[in-house]
Amino acid sequence: MSSTEQIQDRLKQDYDAGFVTDIEQDFAPPGLSEDIIRFISAKKEEPDWLLEYRLKAYRLWTTMTEPTWAKVKVASVDYQKISYYAAPKEGPKSLDEVDPEILETFEKLGIPLHERAALAGVAVDAVFDSVSVATTFKGKLGEMGVIFCSFSEAVAEHPELIKKYLGSVVPSTDNFYAALNAAVFTDGSFVYIPKGVKCPMELSTYFRINAANTGQFERTLIIADEGSHVSYLEGCTAPMRDENQLHAAVVELVAHKDAEIKYSTVQNWYPGNKDGVGGIYNFVTKRGLCEGERSKISWTQVETGSSITWKYPSCILKGDYSVGEFFSVAISNNYQQADTGTKMIHLGKGTKSTIVSKGITAGHGQQTYRGQVRIGKNADNARNYTQCDSLLLGDSCGAHTIPYVEVKNKSATLEHEATTSKIGEDQLFYCRQRGLSEEDAVNLIVNGFCKEVLKELPMEFAVEAQKLLEVSLEGAVG
Amino acid sequence: MLSIKNLHATADGKSILKGINLEIPAGEVHAIMGPNGSGKSTLSHVLAGRDGYEITEGEVIFDGDSLLDKKPEDRARAGVFLAFQYPVELPGVSNVYFLKAALNAIRKSRGEDPLDAMDFMKLAREKAKLVELDEGLVKRAVNAGFSGGEKKRNEIFQMAMLEPKLAILDETDSGLDIDALATVSKGVNALRDKARSMLIITHYQRLLDYIVPDVVHVLVNGQIARTGDKELAKELESKGYADYTGRAVS
Repeated sequence: MSSTEQIQDRLKQDYDAGFVTDIEQDFAPPGLSEDIIRFISAKKEEPDWLLEYRLKAYRLWTTMTEPTWAKVKVASVDYQKISYYAAPKEGPKSLDEVDPEILETFEKLGIPLHERAALAGVAVDAVFDSVSVATTFKGKLGEMGVIFCSFSEAVAEHPELIKKYLGSVVPSTDNFYAALNAAVFTDGSFVYIPKGVKCPMELSTYFRINAANTGQFERTLIIADEGSHVSYLEGCTAPMRDENQLHAAVVELVAHKDAEIKYSTVQNWYPGNKDGVGGIYNFVTKRGLCEGERSKISWTQVETGSSITWKYPSCILKGDYSVGEFFSVAISNNYQQADTGTKMIHLGKGTKSTIVSKGITAGHGQQTYRGQVRIGKNADNARNYTQCDSLLLGDSCGAHTIPYVEVKNKSATLEHEATTSKIGEDQLFYCRQRGLSEEDAVNLIVNGFCKEVLKELPMEFAVEAQKLLEVSLEGAVG
Repeated sequence: MLSIKNLHATADGKSILKGINLEIPAGEVHAIMGPNGSGKSTLSHVLAGRDGYEITEGEVIFDGDSLLDKKPEDRARAGVFLAFQYPVELPGVSNVYFLKAALNAIRKSRGEDPLDAMDFMKLAREKAKLVELDEGLVKRAVNAGFSGGEKKRNEIFQMAMLEPKLAILDETDSGLDIDALATVSKGVNALRDKARSMLIITHYQRLLDYIVPDVVHVLVNGQIARTGDKELAKELESKGYADYTGRAVS
């Protein structure tokens, strides 16, 4: 059998997380209007200022159009057919009260809240559709002054922080999806690390889209005050459905002087079936502000899911000597499309950024790395290093690299390296001649290719990411 | 150990092997010499199961089993090892990780327990000494940034780790300076064993000064033209292949 036939033959992958949990839900009727926004806001018992914030964003959104510059083919989204609010009917008060079926869902995803969280030392804020159902380890974190809670809770309990920071990094005017999110976001996570505190454990949120025909619009805000450290991981899965579902999240990070935020994502939204039917539209705006001197923000992402990914986790390096990093592994198999990359905006003196992007395409996958490095006129001695590598499996996929560079200060140093390679027949044969099966050989080569990025992930998630790569590429041998 | 009968193979419709007959008993070292394009490397690829060749006639029996209908990994697990003429780079995949995966795949196929990391490293250190491969190289990505000599030493190191029944050395001497050649040969000689057969494919007699073969075959135009002892190699060195090809070889 030729390798092309082998690819065709074995490009069958089952989506392990594709099950639907059968519980009663509270829906908003489909469609988007000021009334719906009032409904969401009322459901969440929000203060007036937040309702106003939403309405303002909504009015702005109605004047905006979807961006079309990304190298992806998107079926048009009917925003009036989406239900913008879905929450389990009974609000749980503690973990014991959480619907067993919901817990089972998490169990299937491999995140039993009770044991694993404790064993791994991970505090999990699990978002089930729109409402945060369980937050663990809150007490322990609370002793150190760390706030880790659902966004709704933060609105109620820490309104001054929300008011101060909401939209400060990603304003609702930023783009179409950010405006939509600002209007309709339902929940998400909030983290505040006080001055000088090194968060003693990895904070983690699992997002999951369950209800059919609902978009998920979560909002995450992480504030690291002076000299603090935090590592945060989000993992995402969604059940299998024929229709496409929209996911338009906004993540904002703020790192003050000498603070460090490490944000890791393992994204495994349903990618659609092997013919490209169904799957999540993952249109996300993630941005971090290195506000203070010597602050650091590091994005690490492993993107294996979604039918379409449109995502550019970025850093604004405002503080002098601040550091931005972006490490990415993205896989596009079957008919998946990804247009992803980062923006590094250097404003302060001596700012430094590193971009390492590893793209893997198989089947009919299409992938674009789109990156922007901007050096402002006051950013003396700024440095950037960019490396974009693409690995192709088979003959029907495509990889594209689109770097934008804008330099307004002559003292800047920029390096850019890019490679595109195919998994060679000779590499596969070499591995097989040493006794490895073809599939193990592909996994070995892919893992080697991604190593620089995988090693950036927190230990306990590196293993998970590695497994995910294997599942995502099952059968994509060639 | 290895029995090749009337083996014919084509690549892209072009006939390359045209009826090879070869018997290698256990414990013997056979050399195959021949001019460029005679089919030496094709023979090694066909035995290891590389894609891109069609077997049109003949059979190969290895250790009592037909070899040609097996997948490459199954041949490796059965004990066939090919030292590549051009060892392949695997960026980001560490040599030890690669070899541990390979060794344990082979052990598993034999129903043996996998070696744990401690035992494996102990074995690796011991075997690396055979070819004077320093620990730095052992831990680096497979062949990535290795010099020509280091790549070849790494091949022999892998062979030492995997302990094959049949080792095929495809132009292992190419690209080696005289010191590296001596080191590599020393490693190969240390692996000579009454239970292990070797097939050494080379263009030059030079290698056979170091690894002295039991039998020498001359491969010309896809067929074994002559078989003799180690003196045959010396004769070829002085006279070239002109007697067999009808033209002088520089």
